[in-house]
Amino acid sequence: MTRFCRTSDNACMPNLAIETHGLRKVYKSTVALDALDLEVREGEVFGFLGPNGAGKTTSVKLLLGLTRPTAGAGSVLGKPLGDRDARARIGYLPELFRYQAWLSAREVLALHAALAGLPSARRHAEIDRVLEAVGLTGRDSERTGGFSKGMQQRLGLGAALLGDPSLVILDEPTSALDPVGRDDVRGIIREAQARGSTVLLNSHLLGEVERLCDRVAIVFKGRVVAAGSMTELLGQPSVRLQVSELPADRSTLAAFGPLADEDGWLVIRPLDPARIPDVVAAVVALGGRVHAVDPGRRSLEDLFLTLARGQDAVLDEVAA
Amino acid sequence: MTPRLILVIAGLTLREVARRRILWVLLVLSVASVLLVGWGVERLVTIAREQRVDEVQIRIGVSQVLIMIAFQFSFVLAMSAAFLAAPAIASDVETGTVLAMLARPMRRADLVVGRWLGLSVVVAGYAAVSGLLAIGAVGAISGHVPPSPLVAVAFLAFQSIAVLTLALAFGSRLPGIAAGAITVVLFGLSWFAGVLGNIALAFGAAPLEGLGNIVRVLLPTDGIWRGVIYGLEPPMVLLAAVGRGGTVMEANPFFASAPPPLPFVIWSVIWVALVLGIAVRLFSRREL
Repeated sequence: MTRFCRTSDNACMPNLAIETHGLRKVYKSTVALDALDLEVREGEVFGFLGPNGAGKTTSVKLLLGLTRPTAGAGSVLGKPLGDRDARARIGYLPELFRYQAWLSAREVLALHAALAGLPSARRHAEIDRVLEAVGLTGRDSERTGGFSKGMQQRLGLGAALLGDPSLVILDEPTSALDPVGRDDVRGIIREAQARGSTVLLNSHLLGEVERLCDRVAIVFKGRVVAAGSMTELLGQPSVRLQVSELPADRSTLAAFGPLADEDGWLVIRPLDPARIPDVVAAVVALGGRVHAVDPGRRSLEDLFLTLARGQDAVLDEVAA
Repeated sequence: MTPRLILVIAGLTLREVARRRILWVLLVLSVASVLLVGWGVERLVTIAREQRVDEVQIRIGVSQVLIMIAFQFSFVLAMSAAFLAAPAIASDVETGTVLAMLARPMRRADLVVGRWLGLSVVVAGYAAVSGLLAIGAVGAISGHVPPSPLVAVAFLAFQSIAVLTLALAFGSRLPGIAAGAITVVLFGLSWFAGVLGNIALAFGAAPLEGLGNIVRVLLPTDGIWRGVIYGLEPPMVLLAAVGRGGTVMEANPFFASAPPPLPFVIWSVIWVALVLGIAVRLFSRREL
């Protein structure tokens, strides 16, 4: 395998926390990851989306050196994949895991603090900090064997946050949490970002990603099919109107922006939301009757479903 | 490898054995078996003395009983070592515990060697405590003290370390139960090959003797077991054996006229290191 970046190599782009080129993983006859091209910038919360089996977890394992790529290359925190110095600055919450059931929550965190090489003088205070951050203060002396899945997930999140790592990789961090727990996790992720961490959030909870992430990549069948900021991916804000008795000549409306008919709705995209009352007034002036007005833009879920159904046109649009 | 991380993992292993009550179960079993052995030997000696059996004969009898007990104990110890070590890494992989740990700045070798070190302390400690307690109890009841109890216990502990190393190596690649079962079967086969080899030696059947020697090199547990017997065998039995032709006596799997040769002991230590190296290599190449 050709290393993309060596420890001594200063040519690595300093503003990228993660960079991969054509990363590929084949298990016997199964292609788990086809060719992953990914760029995650330092300091951002990056959403890594895809359906089950798309290769998200395999990608994370490759980034951490838990498994080796069949082809391709990459760097994490400016070091080759799996580099131990880089791993000292990474916090990781695996998707499917159990901590040692016979250890208490505090002991699990102490173990991870020791493995991460955190100075022993700092460990106690740091463990207290993350216990509070993930809402486990007061439960720290309980054995993790008695923890619910949600509490295990909180503990795993705490372990991932130990020592303010430069990069936090969270593989489905909220899959076992209730809505309150999910909201807590959003706060924890924002806090981690504020403390200077880059966060890679691997999730299929699209609403969560849309609310949290600065940029996202959508992966299907082991390839990134769309990547960018929310505006780049979801387009500009728009308005959808349900209108009747509109004359054929719509040139005054076309002045607001490109018009389209979508499932019986008149759509103007892009459109500055401040101009929606003007659009409604223009429709009424033309003699049209307005039954409904729906301001907004395409949701991440719409884009995801469209991509999942393999609509090439959307792919082209995103690429453009 | 990083000694600090190896010690962290070894400490974690010791804590696991204590917390999961394995240590306490082993200790209770040890005490129970020592009490049973003590009771059995006490009955034997008391009945023999009532029947005015010669004291030298009583001691020889007790020494042979002690060797039989050590043999049974070595089997129990090997089973314990195999079933403690086989799932040590395999279960961490199955539960995903290993993912979070190996994402830390540690090598896989640190995990394997740390596990090995922790388990070796447990198994060797178990062998030493139980072995010395049993020998002490027999000594207190019958007056028979084997010539080299420490040598016997050291070989017993070393044999269990060899078995656990093999189980750990299988468990670094295979599911825990499979690794444990394979180790126990191989341990039994190696003992059987050793017995056959010794019978061959007694009857001058060279090809079979060679087979026994080859197996002893591949899996030295039976050769190490001979060290346990030698440490327990009273000199008078050895002298009697020489009088009757020592080679024939070698056919007895509970008799050893000489300690394992030094080159064999050195090879056994190298064997443990090699198998541990294989365990590290197998686990390092494993896809997680």
